[in-house]
Parts: sequence; C-alpha cells; structure tokens
Amino acid sequence: MPGSDAFDLRQFLRGDGRNAGVWIALAALILFGLARYENFGSAYNIVSFLNYNSMFIIISIGMCFVIMTGGIDLSVGSVAAFASVVAAYLSPYGIEVALPGGVLAGAAFGAINAFCIIAMRIPPFIATLATMLAAKGGALVISGAQTISVDWGSNFTKLGMEKAFNILPWTIVIVAIVAIVLWVVLEQTSLGRTVLAIGGSEDASNLMGLKVNRAKVFVYLLSGGCAGLAGVFLASGFGAGQPLEGIGWELSAIASVVVGGTLLTGGLGSVTATVAGALLLGLVFNILNFENGRGTISLSAYWQMVIRGGFLFVVILLQTRMNASRQKAG
Amino acid sequence: MSDGSLSNGKAVSRAPAPLSLGTLRNHGGLIALVLILAFNALFTPNFLQVQTLFVNISQVATIAIVAIGMTLVIATAGIDLSVGAVMALAGALAPLIFLSDFGQAYPALGIAAAFVLPLLAASLCGLFNGIMISYLNVQPIIATLILFISGRGIAQVLTNGNLQTFSNPYFSYLGTGKILGLPFQGWLALVLALAVYWLVSRTIFGRYLLAVGGNERAARLAGAPVRMVKIGAYVLCAFLSGIAGLIVVAINSASDAARNGNLMELDAIAAAVVGGALLQGGRAPIFGAILGAVIIQLVKYTLLANGVEDEVALIAKAAIIVLAVYIQQARKE
Repeated sequence: MPGSDAFDLRQFLRGDGRNAGVWIALAALILFGLARYENFGSAYNIVSFLNYNSMFIIISIGMCFVIMTGGIDLSVGSVAAFASVVAAYLSPYGIEVALPGGVLAGAAFGAINAFCIIAMRIPPFIATLATMLAAKGGALVISGAQTISVDWGSNFTKLGMEKAFNILPWTIVIVAIVAIVLWVVLEQTSLGRTVLAIGGSEDASNLMGLKVNRAKVFVYLLSGGCAGLAGVFLASGFGAGQPLEGIGWELSAIASVVVGGTLLTGGLGSVTATVAGALLLGLVFNILNFENGRGTISLSAYWQMVIRGGFLFVVILLQTRMNASRQKAG
Repeated sequence: MSDGSLSNGKAVSRAPAPLSLGTLRNHGGLIALVLILAFNALFTPNFLQVQTLFVNISQVATIAIVAIGMTLVIATAGIDLSVGAVMALAGALAPLIFLSDFGQAYPALGIAAAFVLPLLAASLCGLFNGIMISYLNVQPIIATLILFISGRGIAQVLTNGNLQTFSNPYFSYLGTGKILGLPFQGWLALVLALAVYWLVSRTIFGRYLLAVGGNERAARLAGAPVRMVKIGAYVLCAFLSGIAGLIVVAINSASDAARNGNLMELDAIAAAVVGGALLQGGRAPIFGAILGAVIIQLVKYTLLANGVEDEVALIAKAAIIVLAVYIQQARKE
C-alpha cells in the first residue's frame, strides 16, 4: 500500500481497514443527531461545531504523529495557550504575521521537547510534562496573567470568525489542508514510514539505518506547531489570547488519537481516523449540549471532565480487546 | 530498560571525581539541600526562625506523603498522574460526610466515617489504576490520565464546584494539631515513611516490588505475583494521596475541589526522582522521597519568600524536574 503513488480515496478514508469502527460510530452518531434534534443539521450548528473543534482536530493530528513513534506530548494544551497569547500580541500586524508567529511559538516548545527527549534522553512524558509547566508559566508571564484582547481592526479575527468563499470557516479549510499534507507525509514518504518504524521498534529502526532522530525531531516540532496553530485559532475565534486555556486538551487529543485506532504503543496509526476520532469526541459533547437544551438531562460543566475521562476509558477498553483478538487472529 | 539487573547500585565501581556526574547522582539531593539552606540563611529574611520551620513542615508533609506513594509506583517502572485528582476527591468527600445529616446527628461516627470512606474511595481509585495497568496492560501514563482528569471532575460534581467551608476541631487536628510543638502532619509523614520503608525493605511485598521494577519478565518467571504487586503499589499510592488530600482540607478548614492537589503529580514525581527513584523502576528510596519533598518545598518557599512570581516559579520547577531526571537517567547507562 505505501508503494502506490496514486491518490486512493478508499485508502485515504479507511487507513488499512482497521479503522472502520470509528467511521461507523461517527455515522451512527450523526444519524442519531439528525433524527433526534431539529437544528442538528442546520448550517449554523455544523459550522460552529467544525469551527470550535478545529482546534482539537489539529492538536490531535500532531499528537497522532508523536504517539505513532511511541512517545507522548502532554504539553499541547499549555503550548496552545501560550501561542494564543503570542498571536494576540501579534494580531495588529495582521494574520500574515500572527499566524506564523503563533505556530513558531508552538514549534519552539516542540524544539525544547525534542531536545530534552533526544539529546538529554528524558522520557517523553516527563519532558513534555515539564514543558507543560514551562509553557503555562511562560504564558502567564508574557500576558501578566490577563487575557490579551486581539486587535479587531486588523484581519486577524477573520481567520476564526469568517468563512472562506462564504462556505466553510477558514479554520476548517486550514485544518483540511494540514490533514491532507500530513496524510501524504505519513503514507507516501520515507519520513512517514520512519515515524511508524520507530514506534514498531526504535532499536530495529536504528539498526536499519533509518534517520530516527530526524523523524523524532519532526514529530515533536510538528506537535508543537499544531498546538501553536490551535492557539492561533483560539485567539482568533474568541478574540483574545487566553493564558489559562488548554487544560485537559492533551487528554482530548490522546483520546481522539486512540479512538482513531492509533496504538498507544506506537507503530500503527492513521491521520484520517484521528480526524474522525476528534470529530466523534466533539460530537459526543455536541449531542450532550442538545440533550441539555431539550431538558432531558441537566449536566453541569464539571460533568464534561468526568465524561471525557469515561470516554477515554471505554475507548481504551475497546482497543485492548481489539488488540487481544488481533493477536489471536495473527 | 531491559538490561535486567536487580542490583542497580552495584554497577558503579569507578571512583568518581569530585563534583562529577557520579557524585551529583549519588549525593545530588543532599548537595542541593545544603545549597538551598545556605542560600536561604544568607539571603532570605527571617529564614532562621521557628515559624519558618513550622510553615515548611506543615506544607512539606503532603508532598512527602504523596511522594512516598509515587516512589512505590515508580519502583514498578510505572507512574501515577492521578494523585492530585485523588487528593481532590478524598478532600471533597470528607466534609460532605461530616457535614451531612448523619454526620451532624452522630458526630463521632461522622468523623470516623469522614476519615475511612474518603480513604476507601481513594484506594478504589488506586485499584482502578492498578487493574487497568496490570490486567488490561494499559500504559501507566494513559491509565492514570483517566482519573487525572475525571477524578477531579467527580470531586467537582459531588460538591457542585462549591467551596465547602467548615469548623470542626476534630477533623482540623489533622492539619493544625501539634505534637511536641511540631505540626501533626509532619509526624504523620514520618510514621508513614517508616511504615512504608519497613514494607519495602523487610517484607516479601517489598522484595517483589523491586523485582518487578528491576525486570518484570524475570520476576514473573521467578513466580512473583506481578499483577498483585503492581495493584498493591497503585492502591498504596492512592491511599497515601487520599491522606494528603484530607490534610490539605484540614489545614484550610475548607475543601476546594478545583485547587486541592492541583499539580501535585508534578511535585510528587519531582520529589521521588530528586530522591533517587529511577523511572525505569527497581529502586524505592523512601527516605530519598522525603529528602526530595523537602527540596521541592524549599525551592518553592525560597522563590516565594524572595518575591519571585508564581508563574516564574512554574518554569523553575520544570527546569528542576528535567535536570533531576537527566542526572538520574545517566545512572543506568
């Protein structure tokens, strides 16, 4: 499959057939929503849903690459918060400056992660836990612990609040482009193959002469950059850089990646299924909101955390069972 | 990871040069402690006062107690990110119980239940983590991430996110009582450390614990009950976190589920690693964890007392964690 040069839509959607479950679940949930709620299929709900979840999709894609190497990035939430503050400060110069600025700020933390993990040989979760603290501290320091309002006069807020060609939000267009590019990188390039090989066995990859360190630097830079981009979306969509945002985002991202069938031990993964996983997770909350609106249930914001954890729990259980049956079959 | 020696300490036989990486590795904690104390004695106003000692003891106790549990978990080559959330959960339950109608009607029973039930709930959290990790083979980071986020959520759902204030001298003794003039929780941390030290060094559980962390496959082949040992470590860690959660609530005479134990997992991991625990497992330096906790607390205090902002202190803490792990990391290579 990796050898085929032509763009194969079926392969693009399915990965290699392992991820049917997430697409079925997504379709089922959408049908459920359409049948049960009047406004579920409205343009307003679809657009605002996609716009809000663009942040989580982009972070999940970056996380997916890290997890495929067998690593983890716990810093994405704070890094996104940091980048949102940077983007808010740069917003008077317009989107042309603020967008790359935010992404670079995120990538800089990715570089710190990569340095700690590769050069200092610190386990990924410790290194990225430390960066999570540092990014949070950094965000509070540069913002003076205040939300930083963006410049409404520049074109910066168009990114998060307006639609490309009056159809889809800009954020979703960007996410789609990033996802397609990274899908090609993963499925069609030696870099992508190396990422998967590292997760399969880092020692074997080294012995085979694969450029392991280069690929690892790439995934952490990518994850940082994706978190930075999410921060830019955050600042642009909500009109402010928010140093205290991003708590628990790493968990959502990990959950999306796992729902998408990427093995937490690395070696297997799919960009498209990760996107589907992020949409599925977002959809669960969207549907809960609709249920709240109908008055059938009344869940406080605190339930969100419980449900998020419970969702991750169920997904992990399913994945454990799937792995067990796959091992039996193979 | 897999070089598999059970006796990690014996490998180092060359004589280390003064202040080499080896010296830092073996005595880095003590050196750091002396440096921090010297710095404070010279530069921090009013550092050499009895009051300072009290403040630091009462605050270090919670870090130390959690760090002891974290050391046990790290000894099995695991990690527990849920300790802070478990603190919040235990801390939220206690006032709910002794402020309930039942607790008001039977004060003695209410207080007893306010100690027992939260610790039971905490232990159940540990059981959950342990089963996820040992029976379902979920990586410790991921397994404990579930309660890391939803444990605090449960605590906030239980209290509806409200701050619960109370005045209950019996319960508050846990956080404000004094024995021989020193804070009660300091003594409690010491007693718990002694008990766990005994458990690690004098019981079969302790032998198995180090064996599992040293080389899990070898331990399994040698007939060690690997799963039960791992579950035991996570249950103990959660139980100790529960105690720490109760202490925090008792100190404040109030329970705030959003803040109780927030970022404690980082302090505890840092304390355990500074104290000499190896993330690859196989070592359980209990008193090292206490030393590590004291260092972490003194760093916090030093920064605070010298007017460094909280935000900058976060960055300093991140640097300490990375540095400590880096120094420890070289040990096995």
